Amino acid sequence: MGTALQAVALTKWFGEGDARTLAVNRVSFEASFGEILYIVGPSGSGKTTLLSMISGILRPNEGQVLVEGRDLWNQSDDAIAEFRLGKVGFVFQDYHLFPRLTTAENVAIPLILKQVPWDEALTRAQAFLEVVGLADKGLLPPLKLSGGEQQRVAIARAIASEPDILIFDEPTASLDGDTGRKIVSFVKEHILNAQRCIVIVTHDSRIFEYADRIMNMEDGRLTGIANGGLHEI
Amino acid sequence: MSRVAVPGILKIAFKLLVNDRGKFAALLVGILFAVFLMIMMTSMFAGILKRSSATVLNVGARVWIMDPAVNNVASSIPMPDYVLDAARSIPGVKYAVPLYSSVALVKLHGGTYQAATVIGLDDASLYGRPELLQGNIQDIYGENAFLVVKDAEFSKLGNPGLGSEFEINDHRGKIVGIAHVATSGLFGIPTLYTTYSRAVSYIPSMRFTAAFILVEPKSAADIPRIQQAVARLGYQALTEAQFVQKVSDFYIYQTGLGTNVLLMTIISFAVGLSISAQTFYTFILENLEKFGALKAIGAKGRELILMILFQATFTALTAYGLGVGLATLLMTVARLRLPDYAAEITYLNLALAFVMVLIIAAISSLIGIRKVIRIEPFDIFRG
Ligand SMILES: Nc1ncnc2c1ncn2[C@@H]1O[C@H](COP(=O)(O)OP(=O)(O)OP(=O)(O)O)[C@@H](O)[C@H]1O
Ligand SMILES: [Mg+2]
Repeated sequence: MGTALQAVALTKWFGEGDARTLAVNRVSFEASFGEILYIVGPSGSGKTTLLSMISGILRPNEGQVLVEGRDLWNQSDDAIAEFRLGKVGFVFQDYHLFPRLTTAENVAIPLILKQVPWDEALTRAQAFLEVVGLADKGLLPPLKLSGGEQQRVAIARAIASEPDILIFDEPTASLDGDTGRKIVSFVKEHILNAQRCIVIVTHDSRIFEYADRIMNMEDGRLTGIANGGLHEI
Repeated sequence: MSRVAVPGILKIAFKLLVNDRGKFAALLVGILFAVFLMIMMTSMFAGILKRSSATVLNVGARVWIMDPAVNNVASSIPMPDYVLDAARSIPGVKYAVPLYSSVALVKLHGGTYQAATVIGLDDASLYGRPELLQGNIQDIYGENAFLVVKDAEFSKLGNPGLGSEFEINDHRGKIVGIAHVATSGLFGIPTLYTTYSRAVSYIPSMRFTAAFILVEPKSAADIPRIQQAVARLGYQALTEAQFVQKVSDFYIYQTGLGTNVLLMTIISFAVGLSISAQTFYTFILENLEKFGALKAIGAKGRELILMILFQATFTALTAYGLGVGLATLLMTVARLRLPDYAAEITYLNLALAFVMVLIIAAISSLIGIRKVIRIEPFDIFRG
């Protein structure tokens, strides 16, 4: 298994002086291709902040994110935007689908940003909708779909640019337990592959069984890494 | 590295805008309203200005000599006869003729009185004569002969025909011709034409009688010299365009007309701007998270700016087209019902409204862009 990305002593604080909160404190870890890595921990422990730094969304105050041997945050803003577009797929907690576009158009957005011509982007988007089992929903607006279906549209959009790294923040937070489990097991079976690394932030212990490794955070620090499955952590 | 995904993102921008039907309609209506008001206002103004110079345009002389204090055609100041003689002897003058212009009371058959503009044409040349719809121009030399202009005020003389008779200052008058003119007057009274000498003898006059002296120069190059020579006499020689300008300036600056129209135009602009800027702002706000998500996914700042500029410009231009169309339609209908409807759309009106619409689009998109540029994808990510 190759290394997908490496975080080195990542540190992020917000505010200055007395108001300063250390959200992430010297966190180092590696994520590998072919694995599902969980980040768990209490609310406010810095999980989202950490996720944002490794995915090119939030600039760290200190430390590095190494991808393909290069320091991500040492590059230009345009290069970082390219990284987000080409290498990373995001599944946001509230999906952030465009209600005024069709489901297929939503999925096509990363392709359109990559300058794939409109018709081809839509054809490819339709194929990704098939991957997530929504082949017949392409022309509907996303709000006509159920929560779990919208989640799958968000996944289809995240994988449309065929990213190396997939990032999920609380993917099951707004789904009922059953649907949540189904989604993650589906991701493990159909979305994960040997060239891809998936990082999931979650509170939801019902989906721990799908993790390969589970990182535990507390107060901005990494307090332990355990193997996944049904182990206690 | 400088990838900008045109035209795909524009298509997305278009769909985001147009698929939000309610908001898009509100945006269109706001701008359309402003464009419509502005065009109606300035067209009415343009029409009135054109009419205020109706006599100047209808007579069609190339150079007009007048008292410098004259600022509109209705209130002329007669000039002594030596001015005419002096004008004729200025080098470069091909010929110069007097024009009589005054208002007289006409007594109609039923005994009612009606004011009318009387224009007296030089007896020898009839320079400035109107185009006749009926009758023969030579009949103007006949006894008591007058031409009547068939415009919207025509009916105020009881729709006279050839041979109709009336009284003018205790003289008999007889219609020998019915004329057509290009531009109707502003003052709402009918217009009669006769010869200069008959006008002078029928209508009580001051010592001097020539309201204007019409000059045909030998060539356009002679005009400045003629103007200088006339100025030395203490009078003013203006080309047709300059005279029209002078009359317009009078109505714009000396009467409240210009200020009022300007005010109304500014108000319609302000109303349109605030409605559309506000609606556009809410539109951006409602889509702000989505723009943030686009940024997170990897859209660059300038791609988002392009989307917003496109949305604002597209809305503005569509509304402009609709506004111009609506104004044109309304004026066409109005003209069918009121043959003498004054409003007139000029290129200047259209250009003004266009500039206004561009400003509305620019300000609206600026507000949106400031907002979108400031979104942090991290905040979207945190939810
Ligand atoms: N933009 C910000 N400004 C100030 N403080 C912030 C900001 N973002 C995060 N923080 C602080 O950083 C710390 C970590 O926040 P973060 O969102 O990463 O926690 P989390 O582990 O994802 O929590 P949760 O499980 O509730 O989502 C918190 O104390 C939070 O208040
Ligand atoms: Mg979080």
